[in-house]
Amino acid sequence: MLRPRIIPCLLVHNGGLVKTQKFTNPKYVGDPINAVKIFNEKEVDELIVVDIDATVLGKEPNYTLIKHLATECRMPLCYGGGVRSVEQIDKIISLGVEKVALSAAVVETPELITLAAEVVGGQSVVAVLDVKKRRLGGRYEVMTHNATKKTGLNPVDLAKKAEDLGAGEVVINSIDQDGAMNGYDFDLIQKVRESISLPLTVLGGAGSLQDIESLISRFGIVGAAAGSLFVFKGVYRAVLINYPNRSEKDALIKGNL
Amino acid sequence: MITLVNYGLGNIQAFANIYKRLNIPSEIATTPEMLKRAEKIILPGVGAFDWAMKRLNESGLRESLEERVLVDKVPVIGICVGMQMMANRSEEGKLDGLGWIEGDVKRFDESSFTQKTHLPHMGWNDVEPKEGEGLFRNLQVDARFYFLHSYYFATRHPQHVLSTTDYNGRYASSVRRDNIFGVQFHPEKSHQWGIQLLKNFAEM
Repeated sequence: MLRPRIIPCLLVHNGGLVKTQKFTNPKYVGDPINAVKIFNEKEVDELIVVDIDATVLGKEPNYTLIKHLATECRMPLCYGGGVRSVEQIDKIISLGVEKVALSAAVVETPELITLAAEVVGGQSVVAVLDVKKRRLGGRYEVMTHNATKKTGLNPVDLAKKAEDLGAGEVVINSIDQDGAMNGYDFDLIQKVRESISLPLTVLGGAGSLQDIESLISRFGIVGAAAGSLFVFKGVYRAVLINYPNRSEKDALIKGNL
Repeated sequence: MITLVNYGLGNIQAFANIYKRLNIPSEIATTPEMLKRAEKIILPGVGAFDWAMKRLNESGLRESLEERVLVDKVPVIGICVGMQMMANRSEEGKLDGLGWIEGDVKRFDESSFTQKTHLPHMGWNDVEPKEGEGLFRNLQVDARFYFLHSYYFATRHPQHVLSTTDYNGRYASSVRRDNIFGVQFHPEKSHQWGIQLLKNFAEM
């Protein structure tokens, strides 16, 4: 049986790993390669690494870092940050990355999804949607550039569009829940889940393994991604890389097996 | 010596790292001369079928690779698209496959899917190997591997199926004809299970 995936998401800023809250206040949590080595030992299902500087600064992806990450990873790796051309995607996949995440490009040049899928295969093209709930009316809106740019687009429509264009996975990242550690936004996830049949991964809000357990028991085969949960320990957010061991993980997904 | 075919696709360094940790010599082959001294060959692959075939066809390695595999009978294992290339053709592309193992690469039939998530088949799944198969030594019970694909290898002959995996019905998650092996999953990204499988291949 296919298992739900439990995925640490790591953010790279100024060459180091950071964790944000509501996409701001990056707190330094360590060295990327060192973190990958620890996650190897913990046998994580997959890893997402996002360079949060590349798009806002208009920089090329850091290929040296990506190569080191891909070489070190003994689990599948998804890279995101500053990706806007087929050439870049081809290069990143050739460095040994399994999946490339597009975010601003999904909004600005959605046809890139189709072009990339023709080269690297749709299974390796991931659409990441950063979503904010409007204070008035409670409608959801996709944002880009680290939540500084509004798009006016609804995440359900955009997820559907990404699927139609040939993406292989959708990641829904809740800006409001980022770093909050008080649970996933089920309402948002439900809306997107109903609209697409692609693998769906959700990020933003996981504060405990129970949050992941309730996500899996409700949505079944899903990617449960988390940042803070896997890099912090305790109420004072001491940096400690952690991840459920094999029996803890089996217990979390037992409702699905 | 394990020879990793570098035709510009796939996570070659990840294989090299695993063999280094296992103290098994390996090298990355970029020329036909290097393929000539291969004792075992790994054909990695990620990406779309035609893209991978085009890269292999233009690499200058194909002729020498076919000679080693088909004439000298050097054991070879294809990974993911590296396995799919061993078929005659693929629904994903227009180019001919290598045709080393008779069969077609087909897209999973989504109309029969019962769960909410359809394709790609993405994540960790169980692999049920044929009994007594050396590639799966110490992997007969509870072995899990990472999958990422929407197309599968439909072999013409059932005896070429080496293991099956359940994704809305059972399909061939690995294949074998004589010295030619292929796995749909990614052993280089499957923790200790993948390491064991790569060790088994090296020791065959």
